[in-house]
Amino acid sequence: MSTVLEAARPAIATPRAAPLIAVRELSKVYPTAKGERVQALSHIALDIAEGEFVSLVGPSGCGKTTVLRILAGLIGDYAGSVAVRGRAHCGPSREVGVVFQDANLMPWRTALANVLLPAEVLRLKGQEARAKELLAMVGLAGFERKLPGELSGGMRQRVAIARALLHDPALLLLDEPFGALDAMTRDTMNVELARIAAASRKTVFLITHSIAEAVFLSDRVLVMSPRPGRIVEEIAIDLPKPRGLDIIADRRFADTVVRIRRLLDGEGTAQLPSIAH
Amino acid sequence: MWHSCARSRSAAGAQRESAALLHAARHAFALAWPPMLFGAALLYAWTQASARGWVDELILPPPGEILQQLSLGLSSGVLLPHLGVTLLQALLGFVIAVAAGIGVGAVIASSPLVERCFNPFLIAFEAMPKIAMAPLVIVWFGYGIWSKVVLAAVIAFFPILVSTILGLRASEPGRLDVLRALGASRAQEFRLVRLPGALPFIFSGINVAVVFVLLGSIVGEFVGAKQGLGTLILIANENLETARTFSILAILALLGMLLHFGVGALRQRLLFWAEPRTGSPPA
Ligand SMILES: Nc1ncnc2c1ncn2[C@@H]1O[C@H](COP(=O)(O)OP(=O)(O)OP(=O)(O)O)[C@@H](O)[C@H]1O
Ligand SMILES: [Mg+2]
Repeated sequence: MSTVLEAARPAIATPRAAPLIAVRELSKVYPTAKGERVQALSHIALDIAEGEFVSLVGPSGCGKTTVLRILAGLIGDYAGSVAVRGRAHCGPSREVGVVFQDANLMPWRTALANVLLPAEVLRLKGQEARAKELLAMVGLAGFERKLPGELSGGMRQRVAIARALLHDPALLLLDEPFGALDAMTRDTMNVELARIAAASRKTVFLITHSIAEAVFLSDRVLVMSPRPGRIVEEIAIDLPKPRGLDIIADRRFADTVVRIRRLLDGEGTAQLPSIAH
Repeated sequence: MWHSCARSRSAAGAQRESAALLHAARHAFALAWPPMLFGAALLYAWTQASARGWVDELILPPPGEILQQLSLGLSSGVLLPHLGVTLLQALLGFVIAVAAGIGVGAVIASSPLVERCFNPFLIAFEAMPKIAMAPLVIVWFGYGIWSKVVLAAVIAFFPILVSTILGLRASEPGRLDVLRALGASRAQEFRLVRLPGALPFIFSGINVAVVFVLLGSIVGEFVGAKQGLGTLILIANENLETARTFSILAILALLGMLLHFGVGALRQRLLFWAEPRTGSPPA
């Protein structure tokens, strides 16, 4: 879409020397009510470079959301290290925007007031115009005054996306943000997300169930194993950017999708040779 | 595409609205005629029973006499100041109970440890009939309005406290995550998520409380007061003016309904989002 901005953005396939986020030996055990322990993550390592678009795919329940919640600073009780810009990660940050798996809108706030929530929390003034722009961007112009109860599931999720962008965070953490959308709206949102990420040089960490979506958007795709979650593959997507929807016809696109599909379907994924590193 | 969708909805809306109004009127009539008919029959039977001397006038005076007492009380200006006192006591007690109930509820729900500390005492205090404190409260706060305000507030405090704690405990973790991810303070969490989310619960407590404040106000007046509808009832009763007693009871019933509707209006203003609507439930 915005080719001018794209030219300024270096193609990043592998993280540079100082990654924005560096995760080492990350393990997470959930205690359950019955006193059992659920090992959700096991010795995860991952780097995310500044400006990079990284996707995480994996079977349901493998620990993707857990990774995202740790990165968002919502879980503090884990083993291993998480560093942001080289410093130990401590709690939430206004540099981060999160879209959760559920929209989590406040039902007593209009769509516009929901988008403005970060401004209220972070005490930013005069954000109404920006909030309206963001709503228009997610295709909800004219719905500013609607309550969440009057919106469909997909519309609510789009309000949540606009909300996550309001305070212009440098890092976006997205947990299956488009899961509730129909295929066409999803395509539009994908193109839009690619444009935002490139234009404002955001770093994006995306969890998705759609392999095609991951390949279309990402510089790198991380593939997770079933629980306990480990990262079994790291696939650099070196298709040129910006990518239009017509890239789906590209052979390399199709090959990459098939490759990740096999990784997710097949057993003994760890034995497959890695191309990424 | 989204624009046109919204516009066409409002255009067809006007027509649908008038049809809905007609439907609502029919519905209201269908609901209203049985109690109206029943009330009329009851009134007729009552009048007949009095006229034929089936019941003693001291026990059940005829409706006409009650009405007469009512208009006499209102026109002579005797009733109004007392009504004002009773209403004022109830309203002050209500405001205090709401503020204290939500405030203390917020403190108790703030941490499991605090809640565990308070819990046994709350249960004991809640189990005690607060009305029994009336003589004590009069000793503490005297014969003026404040003893009634306090009694009303104490009785109405508990339903609000309990519903506030329940509501705050039921906060949606997902909504809290949204705030926490932004680094919100606990005060912001409370103001932006917990309290509004607890409002539907709190209102169920308020519905009970609004009945209790009138109760507290009247009982306080029974035990010791200079003014108020409760004192008027005591005087009328001593003089065996049963019709006057009934006229004051009627006023109290109206007062109670007034307060109830007031709370209903407040609820509509604050809980517009929680009213059941068609379509999917709010996220
Ligand atoms: N709060 C919790 N308490 C106990 N166990 C949990 C908790 N949260 C997650 N788990 C467990 O940890 C594992 C990973 O959960 P997580 O939500 O991270 O998976 P996921 O990959 O995001 O799944 P999905 O794709 O279905 O969203 C699951 O087996 C889940 O049962
Ligand atoms: Mg998940």
